[in-house]
Amino acid sequence: MLTLQQDSLRSGEKEKMPLEGYNFAYLDESTKRMIRRGLLKAVAVPGYQVPFAGREMPMPCGWGTGGIQVTASVIGEEDVLKVIDQGSDDTTNAVSIRRFFASTTGVKTTTHTAEATIIQTRHRIPEHPLTEQQILVYQVPLPEPLRWLEPSEKETRTLHALEEYGLMNVKIYEDIMRHGAIAMSFDYPVRVNGRYIMSPSPIPRFDNPKMHQCPALQLFGAGREKRLYAIPPYTDVKSLDFEDYPFEVQHWDEPCALCGARHTYLDEVVLDDTGKRMFVCSDSDACAENRARQGMTEVSHD
Amino acid sequence: MMNTTSNTFSASSRETAANEALPVIEVCNLCKEFILHQQGGTHIEALRNVSFHVNAGECVALYGPSGSGKSTMLKALYGNYLPSSGSILVRCRDGETDMASASPRQVSRLRRECISYVSQFLRVIPRVSTLDLVAEPLLAAGFGEEKAMGRARDLLRRLNLPERLWDLAPATFSGGEQQRVNIARGFCRPTPILLLDEPTASLDAMNRKVVVELIHEACERGCAVVGIFHDDDTRRAVAHRSVVMSRPGEHA
Amino acid sequence: MTEQLPVLRAESLTRRYGERLGCRNVSLELWPGEVLGIVGESGSGKSTLLNMLSGRLTPSEGRVLYRDAHGADIDLHALSEGERRRLLRTELGYVHQNPRDGLRMQVSAGANIGERLMAAGGRNYGKLRATALEWLDKVEIAAPRIDDVPARYSGGMQQRLQIARNLVTGPRLVFMDEPTGGLDVSVQARLLDLLRRLVRDMDLAVVLVTHDLAVARLLSHRLMVMYHGEVVEQGLADQVLDDPHHPYTQLLVSSILQG
Repeated sequence: MLTLQQDSLRSGEKEKMPLEGYNFAYLDESTKRMIRRGLLKAVAVPGYQVPFAGREMPMPCGWGTGGIQVTASVIGEEDVLKVIDQGSDDTTNAVSIRRFFASTTGVKTTTHTAEATIIQTRHRIPEHPLTEQQILVYQVPLPEPLRWLEPSEKETRTLHALEEYGLMNVKIYEDIMRHGAIAMSFDYPVRVNGRYIMSPSPIPRFDNPKMHQCPALQLFGAGREKRLYAIPPYTDVKSLDFEDYPFEVQHWDEPCALCGARHTYLDEVVLDDTGKRMFVCSDSDACAENRARQGMTEVSHD
Repeated sequence: MMNTTSNTFSASSRETAANEALPVIEVCNLCKEFILHQQGGTHIEALRNVSFHVNAGECVALYGPSGSGKSTMLKALYGNYLPSSGSILVRCRDGETDMASASPRQVSRLRRECISYVSQFLRVIPRVSTLDLVAEPLLAAGFGEEKAMGRARDLLRRLNLPERLWDLAPATFSGGEQQRVNIARGFCRPTPILLLDEPTASLDAMNRKVVVELIHEACERGCAVVGIFHDDDTRRAVAHRSVVMSRPGEHA
Repeated sequence: MTEQLPVLRAESLTRRYGERLGCRNVSLELWPGEVLGIVGESGSGKSTLLNMLSGRLTPSEGRVLYRDAHGADIDLHALSEGERRRLLRTELGYVHQNPRDGLRMQVSAGANIGERLMAAGGRNYGKLRATALEWLDKVEIAAPRIDDVPARYSGGMQQRLQIARNLVTGPRLVFMDEPTGGLDVSVQARLLDLLRRLVRDMDLAVVLVTHDLAVARLLSHRLMVMYHGEVVEQGLADQVLDDPHHPYTQLLVSSILQG
């Protein structure tokens, strides 16, 4: 198991033949076409949620079935795939999805952000700046940012259509009222291209500024809710806020305990039962790269 | 006090009035019939061909036995009852309106700008303090808060209503106290027309005297006053003329 | 004094529900500062009329003209939904009988009051809060309750909050559907007093639907009596109630209003 995992983790690995009996990337071609059509519409109307006929995938909802269907629809034989979960390449979810695509497409996989052409992500945007050559695919659990206050889908669609976003600001008001500041630390709503309010999926708000004018194409897939949406390259993405409570990203008092980086998103890691803890980069690839650049030895994954 | 009685409005006196100034109120052949649909469509004739006029500065008493339609007449003057036929011309603020055919909005405006009305009983509004109740017509007519409250206080003081009651809602007041609140409310605006429905009925002699003074003052500033007065003393003290009323079909 | 123009005009409104008539041929005019009461029993068509007047229900025939803040006549039913909704949360108000229908029960009172302002572009927490406090004071809710959700309010407080939420944008015309229904008598009195004051201070035009004649008398300047979908009698509120002409109005007055 471990060997297999490490095999697939090594970047620049030689392509394998896809599994016999499955179509390339698992989904049949007409389904992929249907999803691509949805994605084209999503790109044409940035931030707008396009419904699509989501398929059953060989894993449960909540494991990234929306993102997987998007990736499956856009991936080609020449692509290099990276999958991260909470910034890390080696958590169960990331590993399973990477293996799924490795075995159904035979494409090259990588852990290095810079090498990847498609990055499927859950909960993070890589620290390494993205390029025009890349597509970032987000796994989305709850695509509707207005849902918390408005249970009716018909009504939320109307609110989007009419650009009635008072409700979203009610949420920000409530946050400030309860916590003295805008406390939403992830899935922080944004306004895309000055029009639609969009859920960025549960990425930390630290990552919100990375979406703004990003050179890469950003695609979002929600499997359970069967919705697609997108941010085309170089699109304005503004995090919602109030005049007297402007949007701010998180800050840490200390640098990453491993690589010393000061401007990355840090995870708190509990070290032992006595409550000792440290803060380390959540993006494992960026952290390793940093250390390599400083001549530190790379920490083995096992 | 002059005490002429006139049941009908003669042509000659009309000309005289026109030569000077037109009457403020001119009632002409007024009829009022109630049809009680709940009681098999019974017709009750309350007023038949009533005519009279009131000049500016004049106090006219409606006088007659109970059931002669005094109260009905007064309510018709206020637009509270809708006459069956006839006219009630009201002249104030450069305009002439027939209350008998005016639109609700016109009547509403006349009440706001020209007509004050002291009803027989105070209609208590829950939770509204005495002072606010008295000042309300002034506020509705666009007077400032300070002026309205000042005027309300003056009147309540003159009518000897204890100051400790001013901030209370009058629901629990005695009949006499409520009536004084009602009078203060009716008299607080200097309107050209004042209608009084037994204003002194439940008052003691001292307060009756205050009301008489208030009516005199109203007449002095040119107000046309129409009133029903239950006691002859008050009527004699304030009325320039009386309109004698009788049950329709009976002679006065 | 320049003659004001009506803020609301309805022309021959008719609404059919299949074969059944919900409301027939109703016309009316409403001026600023005026409260028009619509009374009648359940099923008399008063709610149908209110919904047509407020743009929530399309009439089968006739039209509703609202004169907006700029003096333009707007056919409420010819507006796009977006425009109509914008109007409904700025220049118009709608007070529901059940505060649950007009409030967001799961967000604080402050946010409930601020929502219309935020929808209109308000993005300053300090200002939103100051305005919310000002309105809580106007509707007699203690300032410390600003952060409570309405679910923790009494029925009367909820209704007062709903009124504040509607009036915060300074609307010109407010529709009220049985605003005092379901409240205790003492609570009702307080609400009525408050409404009277706000109507006067804000020069509001109000269409008030109620089956309670005492409420109608206290709040309305004019009354319309509805019976079987038609207006059978109308006039000054006290005139209609003290000198009712139509058999149905006489029945209504004699059976409900005791003294």
